[in-house]
Amino acid sequence: MIPPSTPDSLLIIVPALNEEAAIGGVVREIHQHVPGVPVLVIDDCSSDNTIQVARQAGADVLPLPHHLGLGGCVQAGYKLAYELGFQFVIRVDGDGQHDARDIPRVFERLKSTGCEMVIGSRFVGDIGSRTGAVRSLGIRFFRLVLRPVLGKEVHDPTSGFVGVNRLALNVFRNSFPLEYLEIEALVVLQRRRFRFEEVSCKMRPRTTGRSTITALKSLYYVVHVLLGVFVNVLKFDRRFHRAKRESGAGG
Amino acid sequence: MDRLLNVTTGLSVILLVMVLISVRRAHIRVEYSVSWLLAAGVMLILSRARPLLDAVRNLVGLPDSPLTLFLLAAGVFLIMFFRFSVIISHLRDDNIALAQRVAILEYHLRDRRNHENQEA
Repeated sequence: MIPPSTPDSLLIIVPALNEEAAIGGVVREIHQHVPGVPVLVIDDCSSDNTIQVARQAGADVLPLPHHLGLGGCVQAGYKLAYELGFQFVIRVDGDGQHDARDIPRVFERLKSTGCEMVIGSRFVGDIGSRTGAVRSLGIRFFRLVLRPVLGKEVHDPTSGFVGVNRLALNVFRNSFPLEYLEIEALVVLQRRRFRFEEVSCKMRPRTTGRSTITALKSLYYVVHVLLGVFVNVLKFDRRFHRAKRESGAGG
Repeated sequence: MDRLLNVTTGLSVILLVMVLISVRRAHIRVEYSVSWLLAAGVMLILSRARPLLDAVRNLVGLPDSPLTLFLLAAGVFLIMFFRFSVIISHLRDDNIALAQRVAILEYHLRDRRNHENQEA
């Protein structure tokens, strides 16, 4: 991989697990719409030819020694990006659901606003993205829960199309949720007083494979995420109050 | 009542023997066997020393000794399961961090080799 040389160095990371059917197209599409930007596919121990297909398409590959799940996979990418010195990282899913034409807009917003995270959202502006009824209901529920926690509305809290700057990278390489990361990652950043913004993006329907989310998993997801949000809020509030007490005692 | 205490004694002895065999065969590390040995030992003593069990029963204010024994066993094993959950969580975090480190080091190694091959 070419080490970053510009102050606005960008790395695109693509976590992938058994995505040989889609990953080649995803990498080629990124190269087509964001030429000159390195693409890193993080392979979560696929049993198919994901690694070979990604390399043939022109991506760098970071193969994990064993299956870590999405959180561990994405965090490995963040750690490597931080070590290599990249200033910005945008995460794109390996199944082809995210449109690479939206990457430049996410990148521009990251640079122009200076905020730590930019989310590619299906629900900002009228771009005609559709989601299933259950998922849509879940997103509405989390919007309501997250509004008081984050202090502002987040339209698409479950979007995996996310750009971060180096400050957020530094936080995420040390502390990153392992499962159902999108919402918890938002809370982790917000509790450190970091800012996020949303950019309207189009999500395409999945072209290969099928979603593994069942009704029981959806319920587990809701409980898990609520607990994660609650724990993060408590953890950082305690630290904040302790720091406030110590600064009060010191001053 | 006596039969229940005998069953508890038998189970405690089986647990003690199992743990000791596992430690000897290195299936379980010594530091993790201590809590199991302690739990089995406490259950064995309480099931054999009736006056001690009655004293514990009076102390916690329960109506009968079998219930006291059952609650004590449940409490001890709950604490142990919690302790192992904490250990497993730490191990999982360490395991993930190590796997990520190995992947990143292998990546750097491969990158360096490619670089050297290109220069050669």
